[in-house]
Amino acid sequence: MIDPVTLIVALIGASTPILLAAIGELVVEKSGVLNLGVEGMMIIGAICGFMTAVNIGFSWSGFVAGAAGGAILSVVFAFLTQFLLSNQVATGLALTLFGLGLAALLGEAYSGISPPLTPDLFPQTLQEGSAISSIIFGHDPVIYLSLGLVAAVWYVLQHTRAGLILRAVGENHDAAHALGYRVVRIRCLAIIFGGACAGLGGAYLSLVRVPSWTEGMTAGAGWIALAIVVFASWRPWRALLGAYLFGGIAALQLRLQASDITVPVVLLDMSPYIVTIVVLVLMSSNRVRATLNAPAALGKVFHASG
Amino acid sequence: MADHSWRVKFMGLILFIVAGIVAWVAAIEPNRNTCPNQGDHKMNPTFKRIARAVAGALLALGLAAPVAAQDDPFHVGFVYVGPVGDYGWTWTHDQGRQAVEEAYGDKVHTTYVESVPEGADAERVMTQMILNGADMIFTTSFGYMDATNNVAARFPDVVFEHATGYRRDHPNVATYSARFYEGRAVMGHIAGHMTESNIVGYIASHPIPEVIRGINAAYLHAAQVNPDVEFRIVWVYTWFDPAVEADAAQALVDAGADVVLQHTDSTAPMTVLAEAGAYGFGQASDMLQFAPAPRISAILDQWSAYYVRRVGEAMEGTWEQADTWDGISAGMVGIGKMTDAIPPEVRASAMALLDSIASGEYHPFTGPINTQDGQVWLTAGETPEDGPLAGMEFYVEGIDAEIPN
Amino acid sequence: MLRLEKRPAPARGWIIGAPILAVLLTMVAGGLMFALLGKDPAESIRVIFWDPLFDDRFAGFSRPQLLVKAGPLILIAIGLSLGFRAGIWNIGAEGQYIIGAICGAGFGLAFFPSENPLIFPGMIIAGALGGWAWAMIPAILRTRFRTNEILVSLLLVYVAEAILATAATGFLRNPDGAGFPGSRNLARHPGTDNPEIFAGTGVHWGVMTAFIAVIAACVLLNRHILGYQIKLAGQAPRAARFAGVNAARLIILCLGISGAVAGMAGLFEVAGPAGQISIDFNSGYGFTAIIVAFLGRLHPVGILLAGLLMALTFIGGELAQLMLGVPAPAIQAFQGMLLFFLLALDVLSNYQVRIGYRTAA
Repeated sequence: MIDPVTLIVALIGASTPILLAAIGELVVEKSGVLNLGVEGMMIIGAICGFMTAVNIGFSWSGFVAGAAGGAILSVVFAFLTQFLLSNQVATGLALTLFGLGLAALLGEAYSGISPPLTPDLFPQTLQEGSAISSIIFGHDPVIYLSLGLVAAVWYVLQHTRAGLILRAVGENHDAAHALGYRVVRIRCLAIIFGGACAGLGGAYLSLVRVPSWTEGMTAGAGWIALAIVVFASWRPWRALLGAYLFGGIAALQLRLQASDITVPVVLLDMSPYIVTIVVLVLMSSNRVRATLNAPAALGKVFHASG
Repeated sequence: MADHSWRVKFMGLILFIVAGIVAWVAAIEPNRNTCPNQGDHKMNPTFKRIARAVAGALLALGLAAPVAAQDDPFHVGFVYVGPVGDYGWTWTHDQGRQAVEEAYGDKVHTTYVESVPEGADAERVMTQMILNGADMIFTTSFGYMDATNNVAARFPDVVFEHATGYRRDHPNVATYSARFYEGRAVMGHIAGHMTESNIVGYIASHPIPEVIRGINAAYLHAAQVNPDVEFRIVWVYTWFDPAVEADAAQALVDAGADVVLQHTDSTAPMTVLAEAGAYGFGQASDMLQFAPAPRISAILDQWSAYYVRRVGEAMEGTWEQADTWDGISAGMVGIGKMTDAIPPEVRASAMALLDSIASGEYHPFTGPINTQDGQVWLTAGETPEDGPLAGMEFYVEGIDAEIPN
Repeated sequence: MLRLEKRPAPARGWIIGAPILAVLLTMVAGGLMFALLGKDPAESIRVIFWDPLFDDRFAGFSRPQLLVKAGPLILIAIGLSLGFRAGIWNIGAEGQYIIGAICGAGFGLAFFPSENPLIFPGMIIAGALGGWAWAMIPAILRTRFRTNEILVSLLLVYVAEAILATAATGFLRNPDGAGFPGSRNLARHPGTDNPEIFAGTGVHWGVMTAFIAVIAACVLLNRHILGYQIKLAGQAPRAARFAGVNAARLIILCLGISGAVAGMAGLFEVAGPAGQISIDFNSGYGFTAIIVAFLGRLHPVGILLAGLLMALTFIGGELAQLMLGVPAPAIQAFQGMLLFFLLALDVLSNYQVRIGYRTAA
């Protein structure tokens, strides 16, 4: 049978790269920018983190470097879309192409190496108490960081002035500009934050989840992160829910295959996607008004004509 | 809305551009008979003449002087389905390419194109390789089968080696594959001995004969030494997705498996196994960085010897069409070093099994073997023909699972 | 300090000049990258941009291939551009392409081995219907349940891929294929193949359809009320509502058209250049077409040229790999750079660069 405790532990680990990338992209989109380059930033984060961790021998340095790598790549996007006013959708896709290529070039010599281990945050004794304690304490620090990030993003967006300004920029950049806010600067910061989060997610993939480097190893995780942001209707806690739901179904379907229950494998294989769609349909049809709260200026080019 | 004339001009411009492109494309006489995959049964000579005339008038771009650039060294091209850095299937083929370079030095020139999608792109890449002077082409994925035969029909002077396919429509196409099931039998033997929970996990990619045959071979030899063994099979529907492979390994471990075999390329499952204290086997590459445990042995794809031999034959002009299906004896399937984590007597029995397969004394599918539904497949002492074995699409008796579809 | 000033109308000169300048800049930046990788930069650039078109060894083959490669990109991108103009985000063309191919191939194979000349037209219709039906899922979920079409169309790509794998190993598998995956080869069977219309040009029915789609889109956008509604809905959604544009109908139409067109592209590909349904039959056309659509500024002629340019970099990239040993990732990064420059320099046609501070607010 399927053990719920191991399932929950597994789904948290499986969801974290997607969650990290999604929470970053959520902030970017809240500021009115659509960056479809998540996959590219993730894989750059994965290789930068991996290279650094292997060379310095310390996994924390890898996470920092991964975030930095993602952030640096996102600067290219920020420059093109905010200063040269290029189309965001196309620039994001180009970023993915470029990131995948560049990461593979950088990582040529790093195939088949194991990175330094990332220890769990809490000592083993604390984890072994009961089912609850292994769910609560049995993870590495980045998982707690990801949860903290979700909380922090939620708090900043809902309860601080900075969050209000960010949302204002995303809803109506002309009005925000007229009020004297620096639309371009705010958006650049949001983009860089999103890049850092995606990079961190990628580094988590190459340093904890897999952990090794292979070309193309993100295998579409960035696209799922984008879907999760939409699923969440741009709300941080729902991004957490979405990521864990998706990761949970993915982990569950593999467990169903491994168990002695027979369910058609083809259905199981497509179940994470279908369940996500169905849940979103259920949620959006219940609350008709609230769900379409996409930032109004999402994807639109801002140019201060004044 | 009043000004219509510009729109008319505009439409004219588009038509002109389109016609120009078509005409220009048609203007060049394909050299060395390079029409794409379709035959010429729909040819329209009148249009072609007009097109050529139009194009000639548009621009004098017809640079149709056929050039037969004959390079001095023997030119061998490789078409890969994945990146050479995948450390799996494609990487092993590239090792073969490098062995060819090493063996013949200046006498050969090798080129490759990686991550070529199956279908139209493969056909184009092969043709371009030939236009660039390739004398021999290795196409290293099953999905290149029709493309390989199509191109071979147009270039009878070039020889083709297609991996894992079965079609040799033209005398210049050979096919080759490895009897990986021989290696999987040895892995299954070790797994049967090593498991304490009697649950062996299997990470499978796609439900195709190659994978199903591997599962059967492993199961038969695990059950031979451990009648209580049970196989749990997880299909991930991908050849390469490290995160999913890791998840699958975790799911199997959580389901009680303490030995996991994989038919996917990444090392991701190994880390999960290491953490769980379970055992696994390297796949495609040796994955030695995980020795002595969890990686206790490995099944290796070794194409070098075959590639060096076939290139040599092609250079000397003794190359002939063949359908090669080599295994451990020819060195095409290798068994990675068995580590000390395996008890000495198991290592000895596994080596004995290995030797008996290598010498041809023992076939991993030797009857009596029943299919899953209890029907007799092989009677006592019987071994299967290669044909049915190559297309195997059923589980043997004892596997408690269903093949997807 | 540099600043940008919006032009009253796009500058004609830069509309043509900017892409040329972008390509030149890419040559410099890309050449630098190739030099860093130890390849001759000038030769690499020549192999990518010049040889597929003009080298006497390759051009005869590569020029038609340019159309073969660009055809599906252009066809899908034209369909997508209508929705994108109206603010309807179908990013699941890849899934519609797959389902179209499966439906079309399924129709053709159902009549195997008949060579009836009506089969191929039937396959085209079946392909279009398949892609249309697959696009109707996000469309109906959007109009009925207000479910975001970005998510639904994107996730349905993965579902389509799962169905494709099942088709190739299951219900469409070649009965004479000895248990191996993959359908019968459609291109080798006279009833089901998508032939070259003009021999040696690479122009098969899919390429022809792409050209027709370019012209049809021009007509639609310039002369038809639907085109007007699409443009209005994209530029001023509120005004569109007041003008009586039915948003739900527009969503159904735009997603339906893009889905049907992507489905047709899939069918043309599977019956022609690709030949058969296989596990990995799709090769990313649906996603690349999004780039093509925007690179062409959502304009039919722009899309035509952008599709050809993308196809050129694919084909030239392959040549660079096999002639110079440039690794495939370098080609990918190079394509990314080219897109960066093209998108960045777009600014020159819409804005004027001025030096100095803004005089008055």
